[in-house]
Amino acid sequence: MPATDTVKKSSSKIGATIGSVFATGLFAIVSAIICFPLLAGLIASFRPGRELIRKGLSISLDPSSMNLNNYNYLFCGNADSKKYWMWFKNSMVLTVVTVALTLIICYFVAYSITMYEFRFKRLFFLLVIATMMVPFEILMLPLYKEIIAFKLIDTMAGVMLPGLCASSTIFFFHQYMKSLPKELLDSGRIDGANEYRIAVSIMMPIAKPAFSAMAILCAMGAWNNMLWPMLIFRSANKFTLTIGLNTLLTPYGNNYDMLIAGSMMAIIPILILFLLFQKYIVDGMTAGAVKG
Amino acid sequence: MRWILNSNITGGAGAIEAKASHSSKKEGNTLSFKKFLYSQKTAPYVFALPFILSFTIFWIYPLFSAIIMSFQDIGAVTTKFIGIKNYTKLLKDSVFHIAMANSFEYMLFTCLLLIPFPLLYAVLMDSNLVKAKGLWKALLYVPALTSVVISGTLFRLMFSEYKTGQLNVLMTMLGLPAMKWLKVKFTSEIALLLLCCWRWTGVNMLYFLSGLKSIDKSLYESADIDGATSWQKFKFITIPLMKPTTIYVLTISIYAGLSMFLESFMLWAGNSSPNNIGLTIVGYLYKRGIEKDDMGYACAVGVVLMVLGLIINFVQLGLNGTLKKEED
Repeated sequence: MPATDTVKKSSSKIGATIGSVFATGLFAIVSAIICFPLLAGLIASFRPGRELIRKGLSISLDPSSMNLNNYNYLFCGNADSKKYWMWFKNSMVLTVVTVALTLIICYFVAYSITMYEFRFKRLFFLLVIATMMVPFEILMLPLYKEIIAFKLIDTMAGVMLPGLCASSTIFFFHQYMKSLPKELLDSGRIDGANEYRIAVSIMMPIAKPAFSAMAILCAMGAWNNMLWPMLIFRSANKFTLTIGLNTLLTPYGNNYDMLIAGSMMAIIPILILFLLFQKYIVDGMTAGAVKG
Repeated sequence: MRWILNSNITGGAGAIEAKASHSSKKEGNTLSFKKFLYSQKTAPYVFALPFILSFTIFWIYPLFSAIIMSFQDIGAVTTKFIGIKNYTKLLKDSVFHIAMANSFEYMLFTCLLLIPFPLLYAVLMDSNLVKAKGLWKALLYVPALTSVVISGTLFRLMFSEYKTGQLNVLMTMLGLPAMKWLKVKFTSEIALLLLCCWRWTGVNMLYFLSGLKSIDKSLYESADIDGATSWQKFKFITIPLMKPTTIYVLTISIYAGLSMFLESFMLWAGNSSPNNIGLTIVGYLYKRGIEKDDMGYACAVGVVLMVLGLIINFVQLGLNGTLKKEED
């Protein structure tokens, strides 16, 4: 009897090992397929752009045809390189300002509908949900006219303002703060702190994890945003990376040297953020999904 | 604010006296104003003020003007009300029909591809079978970090019609003829869907993974005691409890699929594709509104898109019982 038991156990162990090999293998294959385009892009960034147009993304790793020319060009300080770094700087500034303002505004809005009981609380919450139900593209044209009327066309404010009160960010802060004890507010009041002080000095530090999660997601959105900035920005010295890179795709003299190396460089800042804040991303994107 | 006006109007002989009396009044008013501003009743409104402003200026107003504009003929100088003419024109506009069909098809296939597979990956990821989980999770998420400009360009180059494009190299390896991927409807649809799967599989997997994490593990333990098989556990515990997450992912996928634009914009390096094989509803809206400056007609396209999205999602939410639950 004990003999068959051990046989059974070891056979199930073998089964588990085989399952584990298969499951891990599946992820290895899927990951490899998913990484492939980016790797191919990285390899292509070490080759002349002309070759890219003629041959498509090449898979060959032949080092004799690879060099650092594209990157040298990007850093050499000529007009093209200056242009690229200006886009880079514009994207940086736009991202940092957008993230900072979005987080502050959304935190306070969420704080209001989570921490207080007031007459329009439920209405406000429903409106937050409602704004999530209409894709931005539908509002795009009237918003565009509005921004022109406000004389904010071709300004950073025009790009940022419509998105600062992001409902998904409000919603996430709300989900996070729901679980925080409201007694903290009362104890703050007893200590003589006013409502604004409580929101800033007592509750904000407690909500820090939510800030990290939302910061990374907002940063990704702002850094990669394309459609709206494409409508608003008109002068080339205000372009962000996404629009700037897109202008390199002219039907004539396609500037692929700069395009592909510049694209690879453009991923780096957001990749660093991702690696630093990776564990917060899961919390950030899923607050809405779990609670339904 | 009235005291400021008052003190400005008052002038002449009694100015100093008036000023003195006003300043004491002002102090009283400021105090009570301060008290009002700092009260527990006012604070939530002050906090929510940015939302109220942003909601009115950047949501309600454009939403209503989109609807109003859709009934107008908006020229450079004059704007006139033309009733439902934009909509009747849309009914007969064959290019718009192509765009509708493309968007609808894309939405359908992205839902079919981007829900079952990420769910499967998430279930595997949640089990003890997979080693080096952190690495795979990170790698699957990386495409979501790239902007459409970059991913679209990479995919266009991969699907290049030259023999040396990767997909054609692959075809040659398999002994198949090279293809003009982005010039034929069927193959370009594949390219678009692959681009979409490439970018969103990891993201959706994380959605499902966090849904799985919220399932009470003791349910599985008691199922184990009752002698349930893995399949039974999956069918009777995982699937029902994953419903809210799945509905959420489905809802956002429907909206994202219907309003897709930039992917096609980048894959064909601009808003025009051969025989409009890559044209989407938003692509048509962009073409009409921005490129051809026919805002009224473009807004009608937008309104149709909105109504379509709302109908599909309400039907979907009604069928799976989410709407009923909220009424209870």
